[in-house]
Amino acid sequence: MEALIQELRTFIVDNFLFGDGSGRFAFANDDSFQQRGIVDSTGILELVCHLQERYGISIDDAEIVPDNLDSVTKVARFVERKTAERVARAS
Amino acid sequence: MRVNDLLEARAVDMPRKEALVCGGERYTYRQIDEEARRVAGMLHDAGVRPGDRVAVCLENSADAVVAIFAVLKARAVFFVVNPHARPAYRDHLMSDSGAAAVVERDASGKPVVTPRTHPRCNDASGGSADVDLAALVYTSGSTGTPKGVMLTHRNLTFAAQSITSYLYNTAMDVILSVLPLSFTYGLGQVTTAFYAGATLVLEPSFIYPRAVLDTMRRERITGFPIVPTMATLLLQQDLRMHRLPHLRYITNAAAALPVAKTRKLRAAFPRAELFLMYGQTECQRASYLPPELVDQHPDSVGIPIPGTSADVVDGELLVRGPHVMSGYWNDEALTSKVLGRDLLTGDAVLHTGDLFRTDANGLLYFVERRDDMIKVRGEKVAPRYIEEVIARLRGVSEVSVYGVPDDLCGEAVVASVRPADGSALTADEVRRHCLAHLEPFMVPKVVDIRSTLPTSANGKVSRRALRLLTMRRGASAA
Repeated sequence: MEALIQELRTFIVDNFLFGDGSGRFAFANDDSFQQRGIVDSTGILELVCHLQERYGISIDDAEIVPDNLDSVTKVARFVERKTAERVARAS
Repeated sequence: MRVNDLLEARAVDMPRKEALVCGGERYTYRQIDEEARRVAGMLHDAGVRPGDRVAVCLENSADAVVAIFAVLKARAVFFVVNPHARPAYRDHLMSDSGAAAVVERDASGKPVVTPRTHPRCNDASGGSADVDLAALVYTSGSTGTPKGVMLTHRNLTFAAQSITSYLYNTAMDVILSVLPLSFTYGLGQVTTAFYAGATLVLEPSFIYPRAVLDTMRRERITGFPIVPTMATLLLQQDLRMHRLPHLRYITNAAAALPVAKTRKLRAAFPRAELFLMYGQTECQRASYLPPELVDQHPDSVGIPIPGTSADVVDGELLVRGPHVMSGYWNDEALTSKVLGRDLLTGDAVLHTGDLFRTDANGLLYFVERRDDMIKVRGEKVAPRYIEEVIARLRGVSEVSVYGVPDDLCGEAVVASVRPADGSALTADEVRRHCLAHLEPFMVPKVVDIRSTLPTSANGKVSRRALRLLTMRRGASAA
């Protein structure tokens, strides 16, 4: 989980904060993307595309909700759950 | 009539009617009115006096609506600032308005009134604002410096009355808005809902369309105001999954809805009426297309809103009526450029700067803007302003900023940059610099580093040529 969180943070920082996740742009893993203004509607779609490609999971429209995607921790949990589901289906 | 009369009348004639639903909490008209009275007392204790300007620095929430009405009850003037606004932008608004106080959240998240220590420093009017002034709505000028559009109580209540009359709003309506209250389109949802005694469901954003659609079904939403970017996101959803039998109308404003999207929205929501509208902050709303005409004239923005006129003169749309602003705050020179007087009636005439045409039926069609302003997700962006910010970055020799068509955002901001000799400037550095100094929607989506920028005959960098170069490259890449 720790490694996954780090990897997701790097993606958020590189793509939405253009490489600067410090100072004024510093954010905690539980901070809401929506409330902090870190990710906008376009950003969420980019994030979803990235998760699908990087982790080989498929994300349904119905899953694009704050509970799954609105903080680094939530995304990490969501990716873990989706990955586990994929593995379970494959076996 | 004052804007706060809308709330106060409802608190008397329908006290238990639901006024606002926000973050799972529900508030009646009486509750909002009582809260607003309490906060008005806090404002008074903080030294706010009639005519003072007060910043409401809150996201879409019940607290924001309460704060707006509290300021009006205190006979002061409110302006709404996005709490995520960059410090430089926020500071500019504070000093330009000479704000006497700010309503914002403290560390625990509770809304508090913070008096400002050096208010009125920039206030040319000496703090004696017109008693009828209700709000300043900041919008980007062509230089990019935000200018405060002065809206009076009469401006806001007239628009609420006119808009509810053509939308046929009643107390039965439940309107869902994700639009920021810092825009007239978002603010107008509050005034029209309260004018009609309707219920307003306020959501913080449209980042999660699915969650908003769920709320729409649960709350039996009848009215849904959108901007074109939201239409795009909405149409990406599997809308068969979301039956919205109560939805009576959808409105579009802030930027033109492409015809293809209009048709798709009509197909997705055949039983809802679709109102295509046009406006600008300076008059809130100028025109709407009666929904029965949308299938035949999907590219038209219709007719003037009731009680006003809108005429095309020398290609430009001129707007007259009680909805036209009283001017720009502290900027008489700019005000006199856009506000004229009708020689016969003495009414204010707003020169929109937008080029229009009319058809044989008198319907209005937007043609283009006269200036270089870019419209991103319905927000106006001044290229010159972004150019000035980028030019301050070390290693930048020349920069030109322009818009290109974008499916999601309407237009996307592109910056073409020529680095100084020997500089190893990267596109990410430029974007990072922009993110630190500009509002997120202004940050260029594409930064195009090139060794020369094309110039026009007079030697100036040609945005037009760059736009064509970028679009051609985009097309070949796709």
